[in-house]
Amino acid sequence: MDTPAIAIIPPVYAVADNITSPIGQTTLENLDALKQNRSGVQTHTDLKISPEPFFASLFTDPIATDKLYTLFESLLIMSVNDALSQTNIKATDGKTILIISSTKGNISLLETEEHTGELKKRISLPASAKLVADHFGFVNQPIVISNACISGVMAILTGLRLLQSGQYETAVITGADVVSQFVLSGFQSFHALSDTVCRPFDKDRTGLNLGEGAATVVLSIHKQNPDDVKVASGAISNDANHISGPSRTGEELGYAIKKALLIAGIAAHDIDYISAHGTATNYNDEMEANAIHHAGVQHAPVNSLKGYYGHTLGAAGLIESIIAIHGIKGSIVFPSLGYAENGVTKPLNVVTSLLQTPVKHALKTASGFGGCNAAMIFSK
Amino acid sequence: MAAAKYISSVCRISNNQVALNGQQVFAADGLLMEDLLPAIYQHFQIGYAKFHKMDNLSKLGFLAADLLLKDSFDAGYYQPEQVGTVLMNANASLDMDLKYYESIKNVPSPSLFVYTLPNIVAGEICIRHHFKGENAFFVLPNFDAAFLKQQVDYLLNNNILQACICGWVDVLEQNYKATLFLVEKVKKENSVEFLIENINKHNPSS
Repeated sequence: MDTPAIAIIPPVYAVADNITSPIGQTTLENLDALKQNRSGVQTHTDLKISPEPFFASLFTDPIATDKLYTLFESLLIMSVNDALSQTNIKATDGKTILIISSTKGNISLLETEEHTGELKKRISLPASAKLVADHFGFVNQPIVISNACISGVMAILTGLRLLQSGQYETAVITGADVVSQFVLSGFQSFHALSDTVCRPFDKDRTGLNLGEGAATVVLSIHKQNPDDVKVASGAISNDANHISGPSRTGEELGYAIKKALLIAGIAAHDIDYISAHGTATNYNDEMEANAIHHAGVQHAPVNSLKGYYGHTLGAAGLIESIIAIHGIKGSIVFPSLGYAENGVTKPLNVVTSLLQTPVKHALKTASGFGGCNAAMIFSK
Repeated sequence: MAAAKYISSVCRISNNQVALNGQQVFAADGLLMEDLLPAIYQHFQIGYAKFHKMDNLSKLGFLAADLLLKDSFDAGYYQPEQVGTVLMNANASLDMDLKYYESIKNVPSPSLFVYTLPNIVAGEICIRHHFKGENAFFVLPNFDAAFLKQQVDYLLNNNILQACICGWVDVLEQNYKATLFLVEKVKKENSVEFLIENINKHNPSS
């Protein structure tokens, strides 16, 4: 077989997207909400989820669901539907792949259904993936990623690589998570939940809020709009330190950032904006600040969007990447809601008011249980 | 650029048996999952106190990785960032999800909750062996050798990793299957080429 001496790696563009969240059902609606500083996080009383009132960003208006689908699957379908409607991409094209990111998928079914053998099949992520794929007629078997809180970023990276390797021309990358008693009680057991709207990187931060949401980004090797943003590079690392606590030094996330810079072929100083994971837990934000310094990108304006969305788990990396992509397109960086005073050992350039500034290269970071870290770079 | 890649070793745990490179190295009769995994741990005299705190998915993956690497792997040969994992299964962490859900009725336990994510097994393997490279956890209806090969090929061809622990590790109640491969660029005495047909010789579904 003849192979070219130099493999040509095609650039990969983000050609369409959607965010479906409590503050908007399209990316545009979400951007408008952020411009108005509107947060989805509020106090809720829902005895099915928690005996005590709790702060979270939840869908309060009923989502129109088909009886065939759970709320989780309906969110994925709504989100993919809106993103695909902006393109002429066909799900039925053999060169198109569907990638789904979620941490807990349909886990809330454990709370409402009998634990039969049938339920254990219905609850599985591949079962949801098949329903979503069949709804749109995707011909390739969808890929499901469940890698804790870096799932969304990992899904984009997986799509980027599948397109770069020439196997597919288009990747429809979607992710969602919903808030359940299961998930809320777990974070409560870690004393990780804030009893107010969370305050990433602030000295008075007390923990995170959970959030519900879905998001979709469509990647293609074919540029569709003149201002389509490039997905430049990404990298993943593991702390090899602790399954539920982040690295003490942040070196491993720092390594992933440095590796992403290297692959993108840019210098640390070229980063114009960092969309941090910023969960507002003590340990995460401290580790992330260390990592950002370790990688030499501490000059860049940084925000966490968790004050608007809460932590949407498998959707978080997608939602935050899409906001970063639109930050590049619109030369806009949103304030880090909840931040007032530095609360990490190595201070960051946290954004406190809406910035109108050119963004050529944006960095997205994420970290999660199991010691996983991810970094992704988007470029003009 | 494609690089030569080899399967240096394979460990399979299923049907009350452990096979290393196709050879049975442990067999037990009629043990329940919760007794089988400690029995394997005892048999191979693996001293690692944290093992006993793990859920069954992590125990299964941990044991398969430990046995996989025992005789075939020179950790000093690589930087920590050059070794990673690509793991897959069908049931994510449902085995532990069911147990954690039962526990909510009393006091939710963080030490159970943390295992309600499938990638924790990768974290446990990384902590044990000090691997800091890329990890990925995929959830698929069935083992897919072509997809596994595609993912691992990319990581090794692009020098993202130099060695990869990859394969299938799945647990749901008394049903369990693990097949892990050590894939490297260096050819060792008993290495076979990292090809779909060689992966499928150890297909966990077969």
